[in-house]
Amino acid sequence: MKLVIAIIKPFKLDEVREALSGLGVQGMTVTEVKGFGRQKGQTEIYRGAEYSTNMVPKIKVEVATTDDLSGRVVEAIQQSANTGAIGDGKIFVLDVAQAVRIRTGETDDVAL
Amino acid sequence: MKLHHKLATGFGALAVSALTAMPAWAQEGPIKAPTAEQMATMVNKGDVSWMLVSSALVLMMSVPALALFYGGLVRTKNMLSVLMQVLAIVSVAALVWVGWGYSMAFTSGGDNHFFGGFSKAFLKGVDGTTMAATFSNNLYLPEYVFVIFQMTFACITPALIVGAFAERVKFWPLMLFTVLWLTIVYFPMAHMVWYWAGPDFLPDAPSDYGLIWGWGALDFAGGTVVHINAGIAGLAGCLVLGKRIGYKKEPMPPHSLTMTMIGASLLWIGWFGFNAGSNLEANGVTAVAFINTFVATAAAALAWALVEQLVHGKPSLLGAASGAVAGLVAITPAAGFAAPVTSIILGAFASAVCFFFVTTVKNKLGYDDTLDVFGIHCIGGIVGAIGTGIVADPALGGQGFFDYTVFPAAVGSYDMMAQVITQTKAVGLTLAFSGIVSAILFFAIDKTIGLRPTPEAEVEGLDISEHGERAYNY
Repeated sequence: MKLVIAIIKPFKLDEVREALSGLGVQGMTVTEVKGFGRQKGQTEIYRGAEYSTNMVPKIKVEVATTDDLSGRVVEAIQQSANTGAIGDGKIFVLDVAQAVRIRTGETDDVAL
Repeated sequence: MKLHHKLATGFGALAVSALTAMPAWAQEGPIKAPTAEQMATMVNKGDVSWMLVSSALVLMMSVPALALFYGGLVRTKNMLSVLMQVLAIVSVAALVWVGWGYSMAFTSGGDNHFFGGFSKAFLKGVDGTTMAATFSNNLYLPEYVFVIFQMTFACITPALIVGAFAERVKFWPLMLFTVLWLTIVYFPMAHMVWYWAGPDFLPDAPSDYGLIWGWGALDFAGGTVVHINAGIAGLAGCLVLGKRIGYKKEPMPPHSLTMTMIGASLLWIGWFGFNAGSNLEANGVTAVAFINTFVATAAAALAWALVEQLVHGKPSLLGAASGAVAGLVAITPAAGFAAPVTSIILGAFASAVCFFFVTTVKNKLGYDDTLDVFGIHCIGGIVGAIGTGIVADPALGGQGFFDYTVFPAAVGSYDMMAQVITQTKAVGLTLAFSGIVSAILFFAIDKTIGLRPTPEAEVEGLDISEHGERAYNY
């Protein structure tokens, strides 16, 4: 099993979700996050006082998948979240040791 | 009996009121120095109604309008302290006004033209039957109405000052400052600009007026007394107190521009009472002041946003709201004198000047005027006060002024250059007097009981450290 974590541009969430649903992905966890990479932050101006924020709002998507599916999940996110501009985000893939569905007690691939 | 009131030297709608407000027995013409019994027949219910409504509108400018406008601009941890400071200052000022403020501002000082006496302290001798003059011969207001209206001005002016050193002042020392400042600075200023014997009495008492009124300065609703006065006191305060911890090193963005928008909008609405109420009567000039207050503000709000678009590439809400306030400040002394078109120009120009001060001058000089009390109220007030000398000229559609040394009062001949010089003198005296005395007061309180909280209390936020509460508990 793998956990795919993607940091994406907020307006790309719907496209990513549709692409993953098309692969048969059953669920995902979505979080609003802030952070910075190579993309420059934004500048806010209040009566001439400039505040540069190097933290940019992003969306973190977490998807647990089977080993078979993980490659296609990464590919789908990479394509659907891509704008070609700086700040499109990153995808990380982690190994998952165990998964449990709380309602039934099922484990691992069946629980995903 | 002598009756007094404030003036913008200028106006009474003599032409209108003299024909319509006269009781039947007075058809031969106005009565010089009427008796109390005669005055009682010279009260107009429309004037009384408008003045009481105006008074309530001006109170609304302080609480909640100013409190929300300022509160939204500070950080979350200081929101409640600003609300409390404004509410408490309004309450303190109301009591001080009744105690000795009204008497100091609006009784004759005899040969002293700087401040009045204490003959009406604690409203001694004032009751439901005593009268106060207006700008028209033989037209009076119940004295309580005038006391109430002027009380709201005394309430808001010291509350304006706190924006200059918001987020870094202790509560009780600020209250002490309020009492002292009102007594030593505000009441004398109000007396100097607004006190005179009234149109039915001045011809027989030609030197019974405050110093600046006697110069012939025009200040319809308080450009000098309220805005320049509070603005320069604010600058003195922020210089004595020093910069906030972390100023220019850490971001200090406004915590709620939504609140600021609510406050600024209520200020605009309340300002109709402030400016149009300052005519003391309900007539055509009241409408002049009202429409000028409307359009100067609109022009100023847009002007600031346009300048921002040019300078920063985006028009901001805070900019538009700041512009609106700058326009309101600038039109205050000119409200009953200007014409709508000249008001628009005055408002837009003042807005651009204030923008420059708030964004450029403040950063260059490095003083920490937290909410730009100096940059908007003092600078906008100066532009408005001097501009009044220009826009009041009948040649530009202005209202000119009345000569009250003759009976009945007559239209005076207008000399724009001379008026601008007089206006500038009034501004200069206000800046010098208020600036110096306010600085001394701040310094004295700071060195005795201390004005500034400890660094730990300041960093924690005044809400918890001074008041033991939070503005928001989510």
